[in-house]
Amino acid sequence: MNFVANKSELKVVGTRPVRPDGIDKVTGKAMFGADLTMAGTLTGKVLRSPHAHARIVAIDASKALALPGVKAVITAADFPEISSEEAAAGDGAVNFRHMAHNVLARDKVLYEGHAVAAVAATSQAIADAAAALIEITYEVLPFVIDVEAAMADGAPLLHDDIKYNGKPSNITKRVEFKLGDADAGLAEADVVVEGRYETTAVHQGYIEPHAVIASVNPDGQTQIFASSQGQFMIRQYVSKILAMDIANIRVTPAEIGGGFGGKTLVYLEPLAVALSRKAGKPVKMVMNREEVFRATGPTSGGVMTVKIGAKKDGTITGATIDIALQAGAFPGSPVAPACMCAFACYDLKNVRASGFDVVSNRSKIAAYRAPGAPISAFGVESAMDDLATKLGMDPIALREKNAAKAGTKAAYGPVFPEIGFEQVLEAAKSHPHWSAPLGPNQGRGVATGFWFNIGGDSSASVFVNEDGTISVVSGSPDIGGSRASMAMMAAEVLGVPYEKVRPIVGDTAQIGITGMTGGSRVTFATGMATVQAAEKVVDELKKRAAMIWDISPEAVDWKDGEAVPAGANAGGFDPMPLAAIAAKAGKTGGPIGSEVSINAQGAGAGFGAHICDVEVDPETGFVKVLRYTAVQDVGRAIHPSYVEGQIQGGAVQGIGWALNEEYLYDKNGRMDNAGFLDYRVPVASDLPMIEAVVVEVPNKRHPFGVRGVGEVPIIPPLAAVGNAIKAAIGVRMHSLPMSPPKILAAIDGKA
Amino acid sequence: MSKIHVTTTVNGEPAEFLCEPQESLLDVLRDKLQLTGSKEGCGSGDCGACSITLDGRLVCSCLVLGVEAEGKTIGTIEGLANGDELHPLQRKFLEHAALQCGFCTPGLLVATKALLDANPNPTETEARFWLAGNLCRCTGYDKIIRAVMDAAAEMRGEHA
Repeated sequence: MNFVANKSELKVVGTRPVRPDGIDKVTGKAMFGADLTMAGTLTGKVLRSPHAHARIVAIDASKALALPGVKAVITAADFPEISSEEAAAGDGAVNFRHMAHNVLARDKVLYEGHAVAAVAATSQAIADAAAALIEITYEVLPFVIDVEAAMADGAPLLHDDIKYNGKPSNITKRVEFKLGDADAGLAEADVVVEGRYETTAVHQGYIEPHAVIASVNPDGQTQIFASSQGQFMIRQYVSKILAMDIANIRVTPAEIGGGFGGKTLVYLEPLAVALSRKAGKPVKMVMNREEVFRATGPTSGGVMTVKIGAKKDGTITGATIDIALQAGAFPGSPVAPACMCAFACYDLKNVRASGFDVVSNRSKIAAYRAPGAPISAFGVESAMDDLATKLGMDPIALREKNAAKAGTKAAYGPVFPEIGFEQVLEAAKSHPHWSAPLGPNQGRGVATGFWFNIGGDSSASVFVNEDGTISVVSGSPDIGGSRASMAMMAAEVLGVPYEKVRPIVGDTAQIGITGMTGGSRVTFATGMATVQAAEKVVDELKKRAAMIWDISPEAVDWKDGEAVPAGANAGGFDPMPLAAIAAKAGKTGGPIGSEVSINAQGAGAGFGAHICDVEVDPETGFVKVLRYTAVQDVGRAIHPSYVEGQIQGGAVQGIGWALNEEYLYDKNGRMDNAGFLDYRVPVASDLPMIEAVVVEVPNKRHPFGVRGVGEVPIIPPLAAVGNAIKAAIGVRMHSLPMSPPKILAAIDGKA
Repeated sequence: MSKIHVTTTVNGEPAEFLCEPQESLLDVLRDKLQLTGSKEGCGSGDCGACSITLDGRLVCSCLVLGVEAEGKTIGTIEGLANGDELHPLQRKFLEHAALQCGFCTPGLLVATKALLDANPNPTETEARFWLAGNLCRCTGYDKIIRAVMDAAAEMRGEHA
């Protein structure tokens, strides 16, 4: 399908219909991961390490197995040993040995909360009691939590097989992206700013804990019902970890109660399958909140140094960032995207971004919305604010002066096609928020963010039903309303009302392989597959009409849901509605439908700019967010309400990251705040309305111009809040979270 | 340990169940009465996903024992709609796109219903503080608060 340039041609795209799964979700009928139970289901429970780092000397499960009601106990001995190779998985590579060892510790536990054994029993109470009866003998080892301490010589080492520069190390790799000569560029500058910044590990904080029910038959055929960001991801990972044939595993995606990147891994699924295989009954496992905090996610914390130099007119001559990110217990921090996105908002000739991936005795990090980008943006966008101050320039004007645009070569490789950063800055500058008056102890900050957005493997099918209604199946779990956007795009192509199209998310046996819901890819990539499937259906409908009219298919056009003769020469037929063609499908060649599987290319980069007003209480250091405006180029909004919702939700997660959220560890390396009381995510009373300003600079590689939305909005808030605090109290905050004690210390330090 | 027989009323219908003394009312609702609309997000009363009313009072059902429901009246998300007619709050949540993943939605709707029963004309600030015990990680609360204020206005008859 050609790109639809003229928005006024669109009848469904851009409207705000009620989502198809809406009623289920407001009435309590929607089936989330923990809501399904099968006959005879056992309850599974994980036994977790109390130590940050220890060798497993012995495991004795005999007392647990002797408890009435206990049906199975598993340890790493029940898992095949996997070689340490990076294996292809979806669009990326995964080390399945590490993944398996994270799911169930082998030889060593690497963080508090690391799973050591699991038990299945006839009730939760028996499973809990049995887990407590499993005796583990540990040899406790020295541990390291902090990223810089983990990099230091003599630090306790987590893995025998990780080397850096030929020596055993906790540094798993170094990445570098550069363009020109950053040091020479900095030497040319009239003004240079430099700063060191720290961010903490923060959890995705989805409200639904991980949950799964699995049932294995004696012939190996396995059913899994689980909440995740990818049913195909679960199928592949379980198959690798437990050495099962993929065809024997059918994964049904439950409704997912939030993920934000944190449900792109398996934790419970292989355990439930292994327990079910051993017990011969379905096994259900649901994490509690403490387990979610201690054993899943979070994203990395890190330290970085940022240096930016500019001429007096604001032209940036050189910039560097050197960053080290926590990976948790196994390699795999988002250090590469952190570096790739760091300066991507700007058109720079000389830039260098380098970073280390570092393991330490923390739970293995998982993706979190624009993985890595908010961390580096905190440093870069804070430094940009200091640079504007030093130059005496308006911070938006400084960004306009250096803004990336079509033709800009990014340090990570590509030359940008048409992008919307300048339009985003213009919209921010002209928004009334930017010039509104401020009161005492108040400050305003602005910051920007970039995410590439991604495409990848997606499948969708479109079926014409007997009555002319349409069924759409896609492979993408719907976290934030994507079923609505798939139905809308199919309705647009077919020319039928939105209500006549009903979408579902297929299980792994119902639809072709589809990558995970993540990276802001679903509306772009799965949307493209849906559009292509709908187009094939239109082609077929035209053929059927041509057959009925006995004219050539080329002589038939499709208009507003009806076949019409293409011109006067085609014949004087009345338009034939889709339903009429569907009714005759049996006589014209059989059922009408199409499935499309693609690797979607041409994702369009997304840019955002956020404006934040805060008031700082000088007595307590408490920061109140007074007003917040988030501007973003989304390409084109299919369902504007859900686009706004993504922007608002991402911004608020960023505000939480900026002000409240952090992983705290005690002196034994145990997480000290594993609950929502002490790990404080934003609540309704913390916040003002979040104004989302949607800018639409279409991505011409998608038929409706979609870029993707979900990642960008979490990138700017960390620095936008920090810059607002700087404006309010006159002190630059270099460390997250910017909590009251730190703010108060900063105010006192100034005085 | 022997189980305890409990007689109660759920969403206007008589209900009875057997539960163990330590079992939470949330577990009873979900596992014994198959009312899985109430969700467990934390089990410690911090997230509000399990919000129900007990004799009209808003509580976290994870912090209530099943046996405490004896003789009481329970209201859950499953009782909010009137047959096939959605409650105005449910309708407004849909119209305003006040949910993304929808996991916190049942608790938020029950909590909001309790708010409007107590205060049909809340200010935005009052609504935000009443709902501060219901965590939503997806929406940033903006559309939720708009839906609540709009539904409250409609229920007061201000849309007529």
